[in-house]
Amino acid sequence: MLLKEGQVRIPSGCAVSAVISRDGNLMSGERIVASMKPMHERSNGLGGGFAGYGIYPDMAEFYAFHMFFDDKESKKICETYLKDGFEIVKAEPLPVRKIPAITDEPIIFRYFLSPLRSRIADAQVDEREFVARAVIHINVKIDGAYVVSAGKNMGVFKAVGFPEDVGEFYRLDEYSAYSWTAHGRYPTNTPGWWGGAHPFGLLDYTVVHNGEISSYDANRRYIEAYGYKCTLQTDTEVFTYIADYLLRRRGLTLEETANVIAAPFWSTIERKPPEERERLTYLRNVFSGLLVTGPFSIILGFEGGLMALNDRLKLRSMVVAEKDDRVFIASEEAAIRVLEPDAVNVRAPEGGEPVIVRVKEGRY
Amino acid sequence: MQADYIYPHFEVERNERRCNACGLCVRECSYEVHYRSEDGKFILSDDAKCVNCQRCVATCPSHAIKIVKSNCDFRENANWSSDSIKEIMKQAGSGGVLLSSMGNPQPYPVYWDKLLINASQVTNPPIDPLREPMETRVFLGKKPSEIKRNQHGQLICDLPPRLVLELPVLFSAMSYGSISYNAHAALAAAATELGTCYNTGEGGLHENFYRYGANTIVQVASGRFGVHKDYLEAGAAIEIKMGQGAKPGIGGHLPGSKIVGDVSRTRMIPEGSDAISPAPHHDIYSIEDLRQLVFSLKEATEYKKPVIVKIAAVHNIAAIASGIARSGADVIAIDGFRGGTGAAPTRIRDNVGIPVELALAAVDTRLRAEGIRNDVSLVVGGSIRNSTDVVKAIALGADACYIATAALIAMGCHMCRNCQSGKCNWGIATQKPELVKRLDPEEGCRRLVNLLTAWKHEIMEIMGGMGINSIEALRGNRLMLRGIGLTEKELSILGVSHAGE
Amino acid sequence: MIILNARSTDNAQLNESVRAAKGDCEIVGCIGERFIGAGLSDKTINIKGIPGNALGAYLNGAKIRVDGNAQDAVGDTMNEGEIIVNGNAGDAAGYAMRGGKIYIKGNAGYRAGIHMKEYRGKSPVIIIGGRCGSFLGEYQAGGLIVVLGLHKDGKRIVGNFPCAGMHGGKVLIRGNAEDIIFPDKVSAKRATEEDMSAAKGYIKEFCSVFSIDENEVLSSPFTIVTPDSANPYKRMYVEN
Repeated sequence: MLLKEGQVRIPSGCAVSAVISRDGNLMSGERIVASMKPMHERSNGLGGGFAGYGIYPDMAEFYAFHMFFDDKESKKICETYLKDGFEIVKAEPLPVRKIPAITDEPIIFRYFLSPLRSRIADAQVDEREFVARAVIHINVKIDGAYVVSAGKNMGVFKAVGFPEDVGEFYRLDEYSAYSWTAHGRYPTNTPGWWGGAHPFGLLDYTVVHNGEISSYDANRRYIEAYGYKCTLQTDTEVFTYIADYLLRRRGLTLEETANVIAAPFWSTIERKPPEERERLTYLRNVFSGLLVTGPFSIILGFEGGLMALNDRLKLRSMVVAEKDDRVFIASEEAAIRVLEPDAVNVRAPEGGEPVIVRVKEGRY
Repeated sequence: MQADYIYPHFEVERNERRCNACGLCVRECSYEVHYRSEDGKFILSDDAKCVNCQRCVATCPSHAIKIVKSNCDFRENANWSSDSIKEIMKQAGSGGVLLSSMGNPQPYPVYWDKLLINASQVTNPPIDPLREPMETRVFLGKKPSEIKRNQHGQLICDLPPRLVLELPVLFSAMSYGSISYNAHAALAAAATELGTCYNTGEGGLHENFYRYGANTIVQVASGRFGVHKDYLEAGAAIEIKMGQGAKPGIGGHLPGSKIVGDVSRTRMIPEGSDAISPAPHHDIYSIEDLRQLVFSLKEATEYKKPVIVKIAAVHNIAAIASGIARSGADVIAIDGFRGGTGAAPTRIRDNVGIPVELALAAVDTRLRAEGIRNDVSLVVGGSIRNSTDVVKAIALGADACYIATAALIAMGCHMCRNCQSGKCNWGIATQKPELVKRLDPEEGCRRLVNLLTAWKHEIMEIMGGMGINSIEALRGNRLMLRGIGLTEKELSILGVSHAGE
Repeated sequence: MIILNARSTDNAQLNESVRAAKGDCEIVGCIGERFIGAGLSDKTINIKGIPGNALGAYLNGAKIRVDGNAQDAVGDTMNEGEIIVNGNAGDAAGYAMRGGKIYIKGNAGYRAGIHMKEYRGKSPVIIIGGRCGSFLGEYQAGGLIVVLGLHKDGKRIVGNFPCAGMHGGKVLIRGNAEDIIFPDKVSAKRATEEDMSAAKGYIKEFCSVFSIDENEVLSSPFTIVTPDSANPYKRMYVEN
């Protein structure tokens, strides 16, 4: 019997693509789906997905949980668990379009949730930590239930299939977002499980990633010491948890987070001016277990922005370009040209150099 | 009594055609195996005194000597080995506690040899270490538990005191007294050249070696020999020795006959007086007392030095390490039961303690489960024999490895395992000036530097093969290991999958 | 004299202020702060209150005076200097000390003077005015321990197993120590004038520090304990 994703570690190759409007202008999902088409060769039909930010403006105050269930039983158990900690403002099937290319779908549901104040007080944590713990609880403890995404005014849409088919299946042409990320997967075997597709999300953090990191178990075992549980054994999952840990829980900035994950070589650090040297030495020392080695290009999405980052040797491709208020990031320039034929300032960031794009304050 | 007679362990075979009776072997052998015949024409030997240190073999100008294992033995069987029989005879004759040197020789499993290392194929690339950056620098010490910023939001970069090593290997504790001045000189100089540290052991620090302070770990053991303010301040780190892998739970005892000259001065005890190290530190009878010693040392050195707590790998090691991690220690050093010693009761050496591989895996797992792994670094020792042992240890979760026996061999030790005699023909485990001078400190240093430079290259090559270009990405990366021929239980303790999985 | 208030400081802060103080200081409100004076070589420290464990550890010439009782491990691995306790001391007072003096007016706990050593010009001294617990002078390798027994509360002047593993130095016990069992490898006998001569100066100093009548103290006979050998375990092992 084939082992499910999480029971076995499945290395993958991939394609990534993203677009964001610095002015917070909403863009239809249609374009991001189209951008994946020229990179068809980088996927093998065993996983595709998208994350959109700003898609639920009317429900922006609630946590939007996109969920997969294996069966009605697991859905029931999960809903009982959710009711204990949250007010379920709305629960509905996520609208899909049946197409021949996408089969074997699980029960796909969408919940808008408001955490119960009393429960948060009981747990003696802040609201986001409370929600994060609920997500980890469901993914680890409730068999057959899986949280696809759990942020406010955002959502992840993913499936087994080619990304363009996944986009059609989820009717992404009907959503508008100020920021989109996309992923096409090339796993080395066939788990046939939708949860294994990307992006991976926790709260409003989502990660799409290309590459197979060599530091995986060092990073996994580090992060699991802080309450995370890497159930999928994928790089994307561990990246998401690292981002959540460093940004949300330790209060690092995005630049500092990049300096941890793709820390410069000691020889590079030694050539920096004293203050910068001290800062980089400090970060590399304090979070030495979160240095990620091996090839990766990731796009981290979050509320109001995104960050793209290559490994420090730049073993994976990544191209960035701009046009007016929009910034494009993709594995290949071709994807960007689909999004915007007239994109300018096309460049490939250095290994370890974060590309951080933020939507103007008040525009998201 | 004839019943006590034990046929010599080794026989000296002298090729008479090659031997020109120059007598060099007579002068070279501190055990007085070789002697000249009465008429002066021949060199004869008393096999009973031979320990097979190979000194005469290596120095004979005409290569006339070889030492062979004697084939005259008792009628052994699987239960009553020759050694078992001999040990009884020795004790029946003397009433003494059996005393041995060096590490546990019994055929217990060596888990390093049952772990296989991964390499990249296709899904991610290997890295060529000769041409691409490959980092082996290691920092040992506590990581700060919270991020602090100034009013401008800038990071306050106040790292706790730490050791910086250019490669994840240190020389572990061997006291001046148990080994010679020249051996210490070689270790100190090599550590400095390599950018790592050597360790004084509990014999104090010779005044000539204070200049190597930045690469010195000063040890504080239960006997507190040579411990004073200047000594504590001289080193880059302070190690509290709670135990030693070769003799967990056992104190030390350097006989007064070895407390001569400089050894007496660095230990700060009179010549001829026994140097007794109590089994416990008598100010530590409980874990909270360890905290007291850790902080008294930090206080005395104004919180500028990391404090290492060295323990022997024993059954409850994970819980003990967890307690130490909460006691203010910056580094925990774990010494496995195959670790060497200048002298230990045979029964203890051969039967007490556990393999360091299992201890390390259990400790690393436990500290992570408790979320305190980053409060301490882990250094492991107890028979690290080569660069792959180092790589496997780091992948299991160690920050660095301690080596001592390998360092001794590099300096010329031939593993005859008679350190306790003080007659080391190679000038290492001896205080006799005529023997000590046989070890040229510069040559010793060069050979130590050679050894670890070669290991470092091998470590880089192996890391490159895994697609890892920094040692911290290997630390605790157990996915890079697979077990071979191990039981489910062993695999689960080591936290690795079986080869093929 | 600089006054330092120990209240609302932690061990490290208090020691930092002691180190930073230019000149002698007095610590008031001491309640368990550890490691006071660790490794210090200059100044005099007066302590009001109860200092914490490891008072004067690695002391290197400084002088410490405690107004009341002290806790465990007073003068741990002390090299030089003086600690005066105007009360009782806890366990392991003077552990592994190599030089300097510890005067305890009252009683000492278990393992006083354990593994005390001497070296070259240094020869440490502990004088205990009252009685002390078991394992007095265990592994003693040098120096002098004096137990005066001026206030015994009806108990034995020294607990069980004194001088176990002793291989250097001497112990002087006021009185004839007839109810004390010593191990095989030490000799206990009535101290002669000559035995007392080296110790008398310290005993007189002790008496003057605590305002005790020295004539009364010295009028009693003393028992001296010395090791038979500096190498007590020579014949224990057989090479294997």
